[in-house]
Amino acid sequence: MTTLLELKNVSKYYSKDIAALSNIHFSIEEGEFVSVIGPSGAGKSTLLRCINRMIEASSGEVVFNGTNIRKLGRKGLRETRTQIGMIFQHYNLVTRLTVIENVLHGRLGYKSAVAGMLGIYSQEEKQQAIRLLEELGLSQHMYKRVDQLSGGQKQRVGIARALIQNPKMLLCDEPIASLDPGSSKIIMDHIKNISASYKITCLVNLHQVDVALKYSDRIIGVNKGEVVFNGKPSELTTDMIHKIYGSETGDLIFEAGERNAG
Amino acid sequence: MRVKPYNKAFMVIHGTLLSLVLLTVYGFYSFDYKDVNFVEASIQTLQNVKMMFIEPHFSHFTFQEALYQVAITLGLAFLTTVFGAAIALFLGIFAAQNLTNKAVSAVIKGVVAFIRSVPTVLWVLIFAVAAGLGSVAAVIGMTFHSVGYLIKAYSEAFEEVDKGMIDALKASGAGWWQIIFQAVLPSTATYLVSWTFLRFEINFAVAVAMGAAAGAGGIGFEMFMASGFYYDIQEVGMITYFILIFAILLELVATRVKKNLKTAEV
Amino acid sequence: MQVDIFLKKKLHNLSFILLLGTAVLGAIILTEYDVAKGFSSVPAAIQWALSNFYPDSESMEKFPDIFEKLVETVLISVAATTSGAALALLFAIAGSSTTQFNRFLGQVSRTIATVFRNIDMAVWSMILLFSFGQSAFTGYFALFFGSFGFLTRAFIESIDEVGDSSVEALRATGAGYFSIIFQSVIPSSISQMISWILFMIETNIRSATLIGILTGTGIGFAFSMYYKSLDYNAASLVVLVIVAAIFIIEWVSNYVRRVIL
Repeated sequence: MTTLLELKNVSKYYSKDIAALSNIHFSIEEGEFVSVIGPSGAGKSTLLRCINRMIEASSGEVVFNGTNIRKLGRKGLRETRTQIGMIFQHYNLVTRLTVIENVLHGRLGYKSAVAGMLGIYSQEEKQQAIRLLEELGLSQHMYKRVDQLSGGQKQRVGIARALIQNPKMLLCDEPIASLDPGSSKIIMDHIKNISASYKITCLVNLHQVDVALKYSDRIIGVNKGEVVFNGKPSELTTDMIHKIYGSETGDLIFEAGERNAG
Repeated sequence: MRVKPYNKAFMVIHGTLLSLVLLTVYGFYSFDYKDVNFVEASIQTLQNVKMMFIEPHFSHFTFQEALYQVAITLGLAFLTTVFGAAIALFLGIFAAQNLTNKAVSAVIKGVVAFIRSVPTVLWVLIFAVAAGLGSVAAVIGMTFHSVGYLIKAYSEAFEEVDKGMIDALKASGAGWWQIIFQAVLPSTATYLVSWTFLRFEINFAVAVAMGAAAGAGGIGFEMFMASGFYYDIQEVGMITYFILIFAILLELVATRVKKNLKTAEV
Repeated sequence: MQVDIFLKKKLHNLSFILLLGTAVLGAIILTEYDVAKGFSSVPAAIQWALSNFYPDSESMEKFPDIFEKLVETVLISVAATTSGAALALLFAIAGSSTTQFNRFLGQVSRTIATVFRNIDMAVWSMILLFSFGQSAFTGYFALFFGSFGFLTRAFIESIDEVGDSSVEALRATGAGYFSIIFQSVIPSSISQMISWILFMIETNIRSATLIGILTGTGIGFAFSMYYKSLDYNAASLVVLVIVAAIFIIEWVSNYVRRVIL
């Protein structure tokens, strides 16, 4: 297996003394499904956004597919971003536009300024959008405005938008945190299937330990901006969960972790 | 293959934009330009603006007098706002659908729509026939518009009051006025104050204009004299600075007040 | 303890009323406002209006003239609003914290808009009168500057309200600046912006009346001409025509808003 993404000593300071991330160091193999878990405010979102430079890291290297993203210029950054799809907790769709228009937005990174401004898409791109929507079970909603969809459906539009980029990797920032359990399962199943069938590497922020245990090849535990665990789901002991979530954690998460780990 | 659906909203948005552009083009074509040389007049305007703002001076009155005139304009705006708020508070209660019946609310809202559609300056001039030009006609004329604006704002605030709270008081046997004073007014007070202040900001600008157009006095009238009688562009510049400073100060306060409105909503 | 709270509240209310009363009194003295006249003039004005201020058959003959002036005023308002909105859109995109190119330019465009907004249209018309005289330009530019300033602030609020979530998503796909503006920012806020434009047209027709009185153009000039020659029947017809025009525009705006918002 080859390494697709490697973070070397990545740190992020929002102000002088408060480190959101300190010396983050890990790598991800091609095709892997990796979850990042940790308490709220641990720096999970910052970590994900430092990879595609939605947030600029303060120091360190982010090597994606052999190039250090942090050294790229504007054009190089845009090209790299087209290869990394992103999925958001709040879907981040243009709710006044139709489903298919939102999906096609994933192609904008490949377009010239004028074509992008006017929203000119090729026949193949439209066909691909339709194929993806069919695959995600949204074909009958194609021309609906996004604000008429349910949360789970919106997140599937978000997934389609990321997939139409033909990405090598998906960054998913709390993809199911705003969804009910039923929709959450559908979304996680979709992401897992996509990862397997298209051989797309996935890095997913989660706050449910049981979900991470069920779907991941590997789990990274983050606490206070530092990686405190990096290993297989089977290696995640209850002590470890305790360490990731801090000592104030109640019994509930303890138990949930134990049951699912076993 | 189409990506955009041709639905009603899409058609209306594009239809509206297209009609606006067409009307604008037709307008430019049909305007009465009175043989004004556009380029020459523009250059002259730019020179005037430059002179106004770079070399402002006082010639017909002094700095203290200017402050005094601004104070008069502020006073006119203040009186208008207070009178307007008092009347609007009373009528706003009757205009709120959840506090009265639909017929009363509809009648008040209809009258208010009429009042607001007549330009303020016309109200002032109409009153001036009976009261003579001056502060009385100005304040009463401007009050009309303030009342119209505030009734709309107040009644909408009242209509958003939690129905459960009113029901709870009703169930406990409270009377209508008791509910208004003990529940409706206290729970909407922040909104009412904020809207009233926003109206004060608007009324300042209106009072400047009325000074110029309807002889209401204050800084607006001085401006009208400087431009229309003395043709003193530098004095106009000085007066503009005065108005601008006060207007921006009021806007800064109003923006802060508006933020309160937004946090109150949450 | 309980009594204390009520007492405190009462004192608080009392001092507020005292302060307000003093301020009102101060304003009355300052502006030389005659309170008695204020009260008596309202019934007097109503009585006068009922007996003098209505259109009669003679004034109806002036209707074609008045109508022509109205059309001119409406067209000036629409033209000034539309062109002002186009410029305001540029400044709003440059000035909104979501879409600005950089902080400095953002601050500059916001400041320019603030200055234009706070110089009242009446003031603009007096400045413009110097060089443009009683031509359509004077009214047009006065309304244009005012609309530009107001709409820039309104558009910035519309853009900020939509939020930067979809902007963030498109940035993550590698989309360029103009793609993001045209595919995300404008589609999300266009309905809100149209709503503001329609509101501005309505406001501008009222302001145009005022500017017309100051500069001798359009419907405002018609009113002030009849008013000064004491032809109150014709002047009342002007008022009714303006009210009708505003009602029609309000009705169209409400329809458009219902469909698009």
